[in-house]
Amino acid sequence: MDLTKEEQSALNGEKGDVLQTAYRILVATGEATNAEKLIPITWAHLSGVNYNTIGDSGEEFLRTISEEAKVKVKTTVNPMGFDFDHISEFNHIDDDFIQKQKSIRNSYVKMGVEPTFSCTPYDIFDLPEKNTQVSFAESNAAIFANSLGGLKTNKESAFSALASAITGKSPYSDLRKDDITTPMTIRMKLDNPNELDFGMLGFFAGKVGDTSVNISGVSQPNRRSCKALCGGMGTSGTCAKFQFVDNEEGKSEKVDFGKEEMNEVYDELNTAEKGDLITLGSPQLGLEELSDLSKMLKGKSFQKRCMIFCSRSVQEQARSLDYTNEIERSGGEILSDCCTCLTPLIDTNETDVVTTNSIKGAYYLKNSTGVDVNLKPLSKIIEDETK
Amino acid sequence: MTKVIVNGKTEGTVLKTTSPINFLGAVDKKTGMIRDKKYDIFEKSIKDKILVFPHGIGSSVGAYTIYSLKANNVAPIAMICHKPDLTVASGCALANIPMIILSKKEFDSMENGKELQIDTGSEKILT
Repeated sequence: MDLTKEEQSALNGEKGDVLQTAYRILVATGEATNAEKLIPITWAHLSGVNYNTIGDSGEEFLRTISEEAKVKVKTTVNPMGFDFDHISEFNHIDDDFIQKQKSIRNSYVKMGVEPTFSCTPYDIFDLPEKNTQVSFAESNAAIFANSLGGLKTNKESAFSALASAITGKSPYSDLRKDDITTPMTIRMKLDNPNELDFGMLGFFAGKVGDTSVNISGVSQPNRRSCKALCGGMGTSGTCAKFQFVDNEEGKSEKVDFGKEEMNEVYDELNTAEKGDLITLGSPQLGLEELSDLSKMLKGKSFQKRCMIFCSRSVQEQARSLDYTNEIERSGGEILSDCCTCLTPLIDTNETDVVTTNSIKGAYYLKNSTGVDVNLKPLSKIIEDETK
Repeated sequence: MTKVIVNGKTEGTVLKTTSPINFLGAVDKKTGMIRDKKYDIFEKSIKDKILVFPHGIGSSVGAYTIYSLKANNVAPIAMICHKPDLTVASGCALANIPMIILSKKEFDSMENGKELQIDTGSEKILT
């Protein structure tokens, strides 16, 4: 990869340790993806905020680099482990976790990030103009940005996005370029798919697809389904872009997603028939989804605990529009700055099974939190779990 | 074709899986054990091994898992893949774990338990 004189001198350590580390990461990821150069980006979105995921060494790393590092471009960040406003309601979370999470939050703020603590930056900010180069580490956000927002990003890692935030640059490779070879086409064969079906389609596509896939047989899914598709796809593979196509002409390889394929995904992720608690939101819910939810819950009450995750900014908007009244009256707990995935709010001593409509949530509940999962679409959750 | 992503020199035993690895979900960062039953190397430790796998998948935070494995002294001594991905490349870059990419054919010929020397500075990288 060709570096400018300035980039080379930073890589050699002439501009300090932080920039040297950042350029070392960019050069490794650039080499890995055959980039010929680095290009400017205007927005970085970082993962690696939840103490549960990055641990003591991550906390220490961030504390150390935040002494020197400053982000150079607009930088937003993923959810933390919990919502500081509600932490007193969760007695099982120990003080060490709270202190470490505080330290991580402070390190990011010290570096100059916007404290969004959200996996759905596209629900908080207006997106920049089409073809703008960004650097998103959160997989569902990268897929959303590329596929529905018209932006350009690779499926960045926590460190490559951090390096981009600090330098304002990313390697020019893969999805940042326009010369993608014809991707595989996934033929959606399910009729009237709900958001759970779209999540499973995404999970399947992520497994079989490469960097990008075409999807046929789908007409105008709503935002909830689109987000489920992005979340599922980001969980299972390396695919970071999809494109809805009308026809299946052309040379691309074709794979069907029908009943059989859906059942296979369902059986992998649905491991129980009844949940002890419900979680909604992975990705975090947007304003439109909270509005829908408040309508669906009219006059109903949850019969068990239901955690509802959305970003703080979306929660504030929802409060001002009164969407939250009906949800809270029904017993739903609205939590911000965190998400189903890897939250310590789910107490594994008390919870064996979680009911959710999120494929992404299901994967991490099972594999990281260590609980079983009961998967259902939102409409069925409300039918079965409210009175 | 052998491509160097992160430089280094080391020697050790190959631990190979044919499944792509989601470091965040599948690997215990404190022990280096594979904890997801779906892997053919389930309950094996990747500590001090030359970890051979097709590529990384899933969460971008897997890069922190790689860094944590190193900090906890349970990291592989090198990683060999046949398809590069940003999570593994950046995690290895920060943790200083040598990482190389092999062609599909070379990758397929890697055998579990094989003793291997890696020297990215030498003409023959793998011996």
